[in-house]
Amino acid sequence: MYDTLIPENAVDQKEIKINAEDVQVYYGDTHAIKDVSVKIEDKTVTAFIGPSGCGKSTFLRCLNRMNDTIDICRVEGKILLDGEDIYDKKVDPVQLRAKVGMVFQKPNPFPKSIYDNIAYGPRIHGLAKNKADLDVIVEKSLRRGAIWDEVKDRLDQPGTGLSGGQQQRLCIARAVATEPEVLLMDEPCSALDPIATAQVEELIDELRQDYSVVIVTHSMQQAARVSQKTAFFHLGNLVEFGETSQIFTNPVDPRTESYITGRIG
Amino acid sequence: MSAGLIILVVLLIACAGFFVGRSRAIATAGGDIRNLHSRPNYYGLTVALFSAAPALMIAVLWLLLQPLYIEGQVSEMIAPADIPEGGSLSLVMTDVRRIADGLDVAVDAGTLTEDRIEDMRADLSDLRTRLGEVGIAVASEVRQNVFMAAKTYRELAAKLRLAMAVIVIGASLAGAAFSLLRINPDYRARNVSEHAIKALLILSSSVAILTTVGIIFSLLFETLHFFRLYPAKDFFFSSIWNPQFQGGSDLGILPLLWGTLYVSFVALIFAVPIGLLAAVYLSEYASKHVRSFAKPAIEILAGIPTIVYGLFALITVGPLLRDYFAEPLGLGNSSSSVLTAGVVLGIMLIPFVSSLSDDVINAVPQAMRDGSYGLGATKSETIKQVILPAALPGIVGAVLLAASRAIGETMIVVMGAGAAAKLSLNPFEAMTTITVKIVSQLTGDTEFASPETLVAFALGLSLFVVTLGLNVLALYIVRKYREQYE
Ligand SMILES: Nc1ncnc2c1ncn2[C@@H]1O[C@H](COP(=O)(O)OP(=O)(O)OP(=O)(O)O)[C@@H](O)[C@H]1O
Ligand SMILES: [Mg+2]
Repeated sequence: MYDTLIPENAVDQKEIKINAEDVQVYYGDTHAIKDVSVKIEDKTVTAFIGPSGCGKSTFLRCLNRMNDTIDICRVEGKILLDGEDIYDKKVDPVQLRAKVGMVFQKPNPFPKSIYDNIAYGPRIHGLAKNKADLDVIVEKSLRRGAIWDEVKDRLDQPGTGLSGGQQQRLCIARAVATEPEVLLMDEPCSALDPIATAQVEELIDELRQDYSVVIVTHSMQQAARVSQKTAFFHLGNLVEFGETSQIFTNPVDPRTESYITGRIG
Repeated sequence: MSAGLIILVVLLIACAGFFVGRSRAIATAGGDIRNLHSRPNYYGLTVALFSAAPALMIAVLWLLLQPLYIEGQVSEMIAPADIPEGGSLSLVMTDVRRIADGLDVAVDAGTLTEDRIEDMRADLSDLRTRLGEVGIAVASEVRQNVFMAAKTYRELAAKLRLAMAVIVIGASLAGAAFSLLRINPDYRARNVSEHAIKALLILSSSVAILTTVGIIFSLLFETLHFFRLYPAKDFFFSSIWNPQFQGGSDLGILPLLWGTLYVSFVALIFAVPIGLLAAVYLSEYASKHVRSFAKPAIEILAGIPTIVYGLFALITVGPLLRDYFAEPLGLGNSSSSVLTAGVVLGIMLIPFVSSLSDDVINAVPQAMRDGSYGLGATKSETIKQVILPAALPGIVGAVLLAASRAIGETMIVVMGAGAAAKLSLNPFEAMTTITVKIVSQLTGDTEFASPETLVAFALGLSLFVVTLGLNVLALYIVRKYREQYE
């Protein structure tokens, strides 16, 4: 039934950007991620799908060590970014997060102006030489976040005053502005209307030219439209991982098939 | 029947009304409480409310108005000749009341009987001794008119007390009967009780508001009185504070205001950075374990009585600052100084600033931090650029609250800064504040109606206005902050 949705995605072999091996995540005594191993390729969109509470966000947050901020969270196993273990003591999580950007499940603009929201990352990383440079980055990022037209006349107004969907696109623009190598997006379209969703999907497709993108989504159609690889999580396990076209047309595991045809979840 | 007994009877009626109302409600529903609009207890409650509330209100009004009425009636009996040289009607009336009370006590003690009081008309000579026996001292020889007034006073009081008992208990019974008759299964007893609860809440909050208004008015009247005796212009703009007991004082608020602001400023300079940094550490860096003992430990500072801080200023900080800073620098040799009071006051304020700021910083949603960390910001960048700006309005509110606390502080200042009113910039000099002078003006031996005493009220009102302004500002900012994450 998904045949019509599957684009002609290029299926050539690419470099491995992130290599996760036997990752376990515990929240206190809860074992939230069990034995997950995935290889995320460069210049590829990888979709994480699965029923609510199965650990998609948790695993995504492991990839840029956002779980460090949760006291009770413990991560085991190996996650390599460009061959380097990101949980190694030598690695500075701050630098890691500059390389692996993130858009959160709930929009979280800073209580600053729209302009300052976008300029935040470039400023702390010194990406702009001067104000004019920064203006260019801000405009470009807002355009890529598909929100420029709506906010170009009110850049000095607080980002918190935007609607939920606008805030989410602002957060996408904010993440893009720091030029990360990998962009992690946790349900970026859950608050968006179809038009904005289409624009964000277009952006994801465009980002794929240079970056690696990981997107969590509850929409099978979206996963099928934008991703080349799909990982299906269920109860903390990675059930199946492979080419999107294969997962949606010819899933190996019966649980995957039940989920994408809407029988579990 | 005494007022206490009457109120007790009313409460008993209300109690009984509760149970009668309850069972009546069940009875009207034919024993099935599902037929009732409200649960049976609510019916009982309405009966209790109707029996108690109006009756108690009448009782309170009665108790307030009765003395005024009796006073009015009785004072007509006092002739101008009965008022002694240099005395006043109100003094005589006090005597009347004392004699009336004394007669009551004497009757209770059995040294006098009602009949004898009746007969006493002609012979008052032993009244004084009789009253003395039961412990009531009457100043001078009792005059005939005064005694008659006291007798009338007693009679009126007894009559009115009886009338009050009849009316109040009658009102209670009437209320009970009225509400009992209203009970039927469709009667919305629950909504009626809801209204009563609302009324109670309104009453409570108006008590708080009325108290504030009352405080302002009492200050205001005395202040106006002061300004009639002393020109307002001199009070507000004179830079000399020099009260004299024999009159002709200079009562300029400026040196005191300066002292107050200077000490508070030093205190805030000291308390705000330390408190704020402590708050940042506690909320962002400290582990759960450290936080669990450090936060209460800091808050203990807020529980120390200010007089203890005063001692600390007097015997430790003052001499220390004098010996190690003021004297070597040639800036003075006084151990009481603005700096002493300011530093100690600052220590006292640290927990105010840190505890409030900590709450405000904790109220910044975790999502803000995540968003910043997710962009590769470090902890201190996140704090500086996201958390503090987001929490700023709340922090400003905390600082302003600390400021009004500092401005109103007395004990630490009197023991740390001294009592000399001075307009000076040198922080090692002794100065004084408005609060200190309010205390010293009121505790002096000068006559109450002199400007030297009344100035305390004008000072108090000025202080009130300043701190009120600060509080309003703080509230405004805090409220604005609340809207931020909606
Ligand atoms: N901070 C936390 N503390 C404790 N348990 C957590 C925490 N965050 C997530 N969990 C638990 O980990 C499991 C996985 O949660 P996660 O948020 O990763 O699910 P998800 O797949 O993203 O779900 P959704 O699709 O609803 O976003 C859940 O059982 C959840 O209860
Ligand atoms: Mg999630």
